[in-house]
Amino acid sequence: MQEINREILISKAVELMENGTANRVLGWGKGEFDYDITPAVFNDANALKDNFVWGDFCGANFSKYLIKETAKGEGKVLVFLKPCDSYSFNQLLCEHRFDREKVYAVGIPCGGMLDINKIKEKCDGILSIDEENGKISVNTLYDGKIELDRNEYLSERCINCKSKKCVAYDELIGENGDVLDSKRFDEVEKIEKMTPDERFAFWQNELSRCIRCNACRDVCPACTCEKCVFDNPNSGVENKAASNEFEEKMFHIIRAFHVAGRCTDCGECSRVCPQHIPLHLLNRKFIKDINSFYGDYQAGETDCGRAPIVDYTTEDIEPNEAVERGDGNA
Amino acid sequence: MRKILLKSIDSLFEKIAENETLYMPQDTKSGAKFEKWQMGAKLSDALNTVRSAKDFFFPQTENLMDFKVEGKNIEVIDTRSETEDFVVFGVRACDVKSFDILDRVFLSEPVDTYYKNRREHAVIMSVACTKPVETCFCQTFDIDAANPEGDIVCYKTDDMLYMDAKTEKGEKLLSTLNDITESADETAVNEQKKVIKERLSKLPLANLTADKFGSGKTSEFFDASEWGELSQVCLGCGTCTFVCPTCQCYDIKDFSTGHGVKRFRCWDSCMYSDFTKMSAGQPRLTQLERFRQRFMHKLVYYPTNNDGLFSCVGCGRCLSKCPIQMNIVKVMKKLGGKENA
Repeated sequence: MQEINREILISKAVELMENGTANRVLGWGKGEFDYDITPAVFNDANALKDNFVWGDFCGANFSKYLIKETAKGEGKVLVFLKPCDSYSFNQLLCEHRFDREKVYAVGIPCGGMLDINKIKEKCDGILSIDEENGKISVNTLYDGKIELDRNEYLSERCINCKSKKCVAYDELIGENGDVLDSKRFDEVEKIEKMTPDERFAFWQNELSRCIRCNACRDVCPACTCEKCVFDNPNSGVENKAASNEFEEKMFHIIRAFHVAGRCTDCGECSRVCPQHIPLHLLNRKFIKDINSFYGDYQAGETDCGRAPIVDYTTEDIEPNEAVERGDGNA
Repeated sequence: MRKILLKSIDSLFEKIAENETLYMPQDTKSGAKFEKWQMGAKLSDALNTVRSAKDFFFPQTENLMDFKVEGKNIEVIDTRSETEDFVVFGVRACDVKSFDILDRVFLSEPVDTYYKNRREHAVIMSVACTKPVETCFCQTFDIDAANPEGDIVCYKTDDMLYMDAKTEKGEKLLSTLNDITESADETAVNEQKKVIKERLSKLPLANLTADKFGSGKTSEFFDASEWGELSQVCLGCGTCTFVCPTCQCYDIKDFSTGHGVKRFRCWDSCMYSDFTKMSAGQPRLTQLERFRQRFMHKLVYYPTNNDGLFSCVGCGRCLSKCPIQMNIVKVMKKLGGKENA
């Protein structure tokens, strides 16, 4: 359940627009159903009252939209940041991807987001979804009301939430939370323990389902190249679809390398994948390795500074040591 | 009309697969997917597959031809292999209708022989939708989920699968199944159709209408101010186009093999920044223009060129799969006036 309700957010937004702090709001817009929420820009109080929503399906991370939104010209855009969004926000600032002066950020607490795909596995023909006291009640076309335990239907990234702490904001609604001791690397460890053949088969099975829609890349707050090399006909490696099995894997592996050290583990890639490929596991492997090689590091924890893999210190791990350790557990 | 007990449906699949390759929806880690039947395969209970049935005729990538280069000689190699007859079981009314939409593109002159070859070798066993869901809106495009098209139309009741051959190909296939099926009258199927129609009428999108759109409406919608708001959060990914049963754009690329060239085609998406890029440049520079292209094509351009037929079948895949949950229903409601508000 969410600690705060939409009315609190709307009144905060209206207040900030009325006092001239911001002239528009980047928020979650009402969908056809209770779960299909679309990011939207709200220009006035009426638009907010009619269409702004906040609830268990507001997973979309708005940080990346700020690049486009802040380039639009005058005035500040108000953005609501969930704790995990605030890490992406900082990381983008670190990379000088948008103008901080053109944003007014309000940090909000998040009680975790639900995974509609998990709910759809249990419920056919969803008419409405309500939540009360840790239970979700799904009204369906054929089976009446189905009650589900909310915790079991959280997104993977929320079950393994790394932090309830907003790390970037101009103001906060509610109390700030803490960095959590999550189990997010458990799944990575399982894959590390596989034999190379098993691991190859695992990724072959996962990545062979890719349809190259590029949703993972396009939603990723770390993928902000103005022209992706894979979209550029002059790059020589442009590919809209894999021409062979090797390319299928290449795209995701190269992308994971490209965002290594910059990925905050927001989990948007896996949320949007229409083929349910657990792409976040590739990124988490890099995060886990960086932690073990250079000491714990969380991308986006601050809005400045140098990440370990683009920095050099005499304390850095020697390449041969990294290779040896890699042999043991990679 | 023939029938078989649902609990014996595996024997039906086994019998069909004796003579021909059979594909049917099976549950995978990505949801339901059309997969080749093998002993022990189980039919998925899902209403529809994540990817559409267009893949059978218009695969995501396809090798068109090879060029072998030796000195100054270039040999052109036809890489097509003979397509064998195959059967697809479990195609829904929306996807069967999509074949008509694709046919009008690929089978009009100049005929796409790659597509035609596969199309001619397929027998489609469609299944009426017993339990349509909230994202379904095939009715908007006059598609009847209680009466799908197809070579053999199937109906599932609580315990029985009914099969009705509608074409010569269908008759031929059904007659090979006589040993394991029984003759049936239409009573149960008619009853089932009534149930389905009742259910369709209760769907949340049952009253969505496309009446405002259609042939010749370009000037009414092209400059609509709503496109800005609708497209502003579009990521420009290709998810909607790739799961769509009617999106049919492709790109052709040459791929160097080291000894020559492999020419392949792959799905393309009007959402992509390099779509239809020409030497003179890119005709649609912004995401607004690309986004508008996709929906204008479905709702205006295609009907204009094809006797008013819309190129959306209301399967609802884009409603489920768009990363930002923007889709044709939201577009129609925004642009379609009071009727759809």
